[in-house]
Amino acid sequence: MIDNLFNWIDDRLAISRGGRHLLNKIFPDHWSFMLGEIALYSFIVLLLTGIFLTLYFVPSESSIVYHGAYLPIDGQHVSQAFASTLDITFSVRGGLLIRQMHHWAANIFIGSAVVHLLRIFFTGGFRRPREVNWIVGANLLILGIFNGFLGYSLPDDLVSGTGIRIAFSILESVPFAGSYLATFLFGGNFPGNGAIIPRFFIIQVLILPLAILGLLSAHLGMLVRHKHTQFKTPGAREDNVVGTPLWPTFMTKTLAFFFLTTGITVLLGAVAQINPIWQYGQYYPWKVSYAVQPDWYMGWLDGALRVMPSWEIHLPGHMIPNVFFPAVLLPGITFTVLMMYPFIEERLTGNVAEHHLLDRPRDRPVRTAFGCAVFAFYFVLFGASATDVLANYLNLSLNFVLWTFRILCIVVPIVVFPVAYKICKELEGVPEGGKRKVHNLIVRDPAGGYSTIPAEEYPGYESIELEPVDVEKVESLTAAAAAKNGDGRTEGVYEIPREYR
Amino acid sequence: MSDEQGPPVAPERDAEGLVSPDSPQFQVAAKHPQRVERTTAVLFLASLVGFVGFGIAYTQNGSTQWLGLTIGLGMLAFGFAMAAWGKFLMPRGPFEEPRAPMATTKEEKEAFVSDFATRGKVAVERRSFLVKLMGAAAAILGIVAAFPLIRSLGPLPGKSFYKTAWRKGSYLTTIDNRRVKVGDVEVGGVLTVFPESDVGGAISQTILVRPQTTAIVTKPGRESWAPQGYIAFSKVCTHAGCPVGLYEEQVQQLLCPCHQSLFDIYAGAEPIFGPAPRPLAQLPLFIDSSGYLRAQAGYDEPVGPGFWERGGTT
Repeated sequence: MIDNLFNWIDDRLAISRGGRHLLNKIFPDHWSFMLGEIALYSFIVLLLTGIFLTLYFVPSESSIVYHGAYLPIDGQHVSQAFASTLDITFSVRGGLLIRQMHHWAANIFIGSAVVHLLRIFFTGGFRRPREVNWIVGANLLILGIFNGFLGYSLPDDLVSGTGIRIAFSILESVPFAGSYLATFLFGGNFPGNGAIIPRFFIIQVLILPLAILGLLSAHLGMLVRHKHTQFKTPGAREDNVVGTPLWPTFMTKTLAFFFLTTGITVLLGAVAQINPIWQYGQYYPWKVSYAVQPDWYMGWLDGALRVMPSWEIHLPGHMIPNVFFPAVLLPGITFTVLMMYPFIEERLTGNVAEHHLLDRPRDRPVRTAFGCAVFAFYFVLFGASATDVLANYLNLSLNFVLWTFRILCIVVPIVVFPVAYKICKELEGVPEGGKRKVHNLIVRDPAGGYSTIPAEEYPGYESIELEPVDVEKVESLTAAAAAKNGDGRTEGVYEIPREYR
Repeated sequence: MSDEQGPPVAPERDAEGLVSPDSPQFQVAAKHPQRVERTTAVLFLASLVGFVGFGIAYTQNGSTQWLGLTIGLGMLAFGFAMAAWGKFLMPRGPFEEPRAPMATTKEEKEAFVSDFATRGKVAVERRSFLVKLMGAAAAILGIVAAFPLIRSLGPLPGKSFYKTAWRKGSYLTTIDNRRVKVGDVEVGGVLTVFPESDVGGAISQTILVRPQTTAIVTKPGRESWAPQGYIAFSKVCTHAGCPVGLYEEQVQQLLCPCHQSLFDIYAGAEPIFGPAPRPLAQLPLFIDSSGYLRAQAGYDEPVGPGFWERGGTT
């Protein structure tokens, strides 16, 4: 039955031609390769939970009188967007769980994408032939950040509404075209003609997800075409890939990872409250709340807005507003340099060869130190988005906290660079440094003497290093085994050997 | 010693040089597979219980916590079971596949380029007029298609960034449509006001402060703008447009809660701290014969954040 179905399909789509190579695709075993998988799986969670949310969310700014399940605002005028988000939260069964999962998944998606990016950066995974895929990845991050911002703006609550107001000002600050961009997108000067929530909605649920899906396909397509990079483990060379084949080992592990990622997201959605919009209330342009922080991935931009000195450029009849520098120029430079980095490094080092073996970060001290310093700069900006909260908690003056961050943005990268460089250089002198240490057990024998034996890495797991076997040779192996068994059986090939059954 | 390892163990090979199925590479990673199998079975059972629990919680209209904990823990158990299966109960490998360089050969490139160029040349040769015409039509299409895509989205900015709804004689009106009279605001009090024609307006919103009981002169030429200590500024921050909502009475400053810019009320809302580059616009007030607070005129400068055409006023 299954055979017939397979034959029917295969005769028409020729799956077996080339499909075998796919089954045999080798995935290197290194924990850091899972970071991209987290991003992929949280994106799937985003799609699934997002579809659920679109079934109930009403993307409209029209005002209605609220008579829903949340009694404290019964009878008040709220927008349909806000009211329907409250309905998802309090009336739709499982709605709050799905909403919180969606929000958590967005944070995890961008978080894992950033950590994945750092892994690629510090190990040199962006080098030829993967420069294009690096650029695709950077664009995925940008789209993810945009979609995250649009997503948390949709409920029309007081916190996100303030964010939309700031977004309008940022758009407005663009030289030459700013006022046109802003009024076109919003349908007039802020808050526009009621167009912004419906527009954000269609961009957030259709246009950007489609763009992300397209880029993601390109990202993974190129991954298959290039095959994986790998660390210099035994047997790993520039002209091979060492690891586990897609079918069935990697498939099992990655499916496991999908369930673990989703499971963690569900648990967060269940017990960790996120974006309680009923506490913030409906957005009104003249209202604002204290300690307004955006989602974490916007933090560096908010921090940059805060630490920027109060400068503007005044030209005859024109001006370049203050927010342009931290909110347009800074991200513009950031993502341009990010995308250009493979070419910058290629130019500086003169190293234009193909690289499939990854660097250990310590072996490239300049790159590592540069990456650490740049990351430290954005981390300080991220911290600066909490100046008001820090001043409050630490009982310091806002003035002191702000100036501290202004100085830290410059000082921290300058300090981090030489420190990271020095650590790399020191580690280079310790070949075994960073290797997992196996614990030793002290055993007393019946005669009373003591001896030391290495503990098992995992209970029941043998740690011996094995030479890789060419996965494409398994076919001839299968034939050989069948011949040896003399009856066409191929036991022992990719099966648990008999003694373990 | 534990961290000293010999050379990697090569797979066993038979007489023909083929890898033997008895090689350690084809054996499972676990030393005691039965134990792992037992653990995996327990985890799958736990996931089953979790998923059934979710079904029950859902039909019983359980709380968010019950819904999430049942299915979430079920998924975690399922995931750990699959992970144990994949890690310990499958051939340990490692396996390898060959990899060819990505760069194509000179011959491949030349063959492609010559196909592309020769065929392309045949297609367009002596038809340059058609090519130009096609290009022109496509270019026009591109330009006109941009109109509905972009221009229809919203109105031109026009004067919308320069004008608010405040006019000469506008009554200061609260959000619940009440005209503000002298005495409505205590000393040290603050009130958000709008012109009557635009109550709730995002751009017209104005903050009325009453720091004292005698006229406040913030700048030369503004002698009559703050009668009896009533003073009004645009509530739209000159930095990023947030409502400048916090009034600090002791120091007579207005604070924007978004990025913590501070404005000195007595100095005409000059920014004294934070990123805001310009003072808040001041609304000239007067008190009419019936005791109502009204605007002498609209704002004399664009309110809110800067934009390219705003010009060089500071």
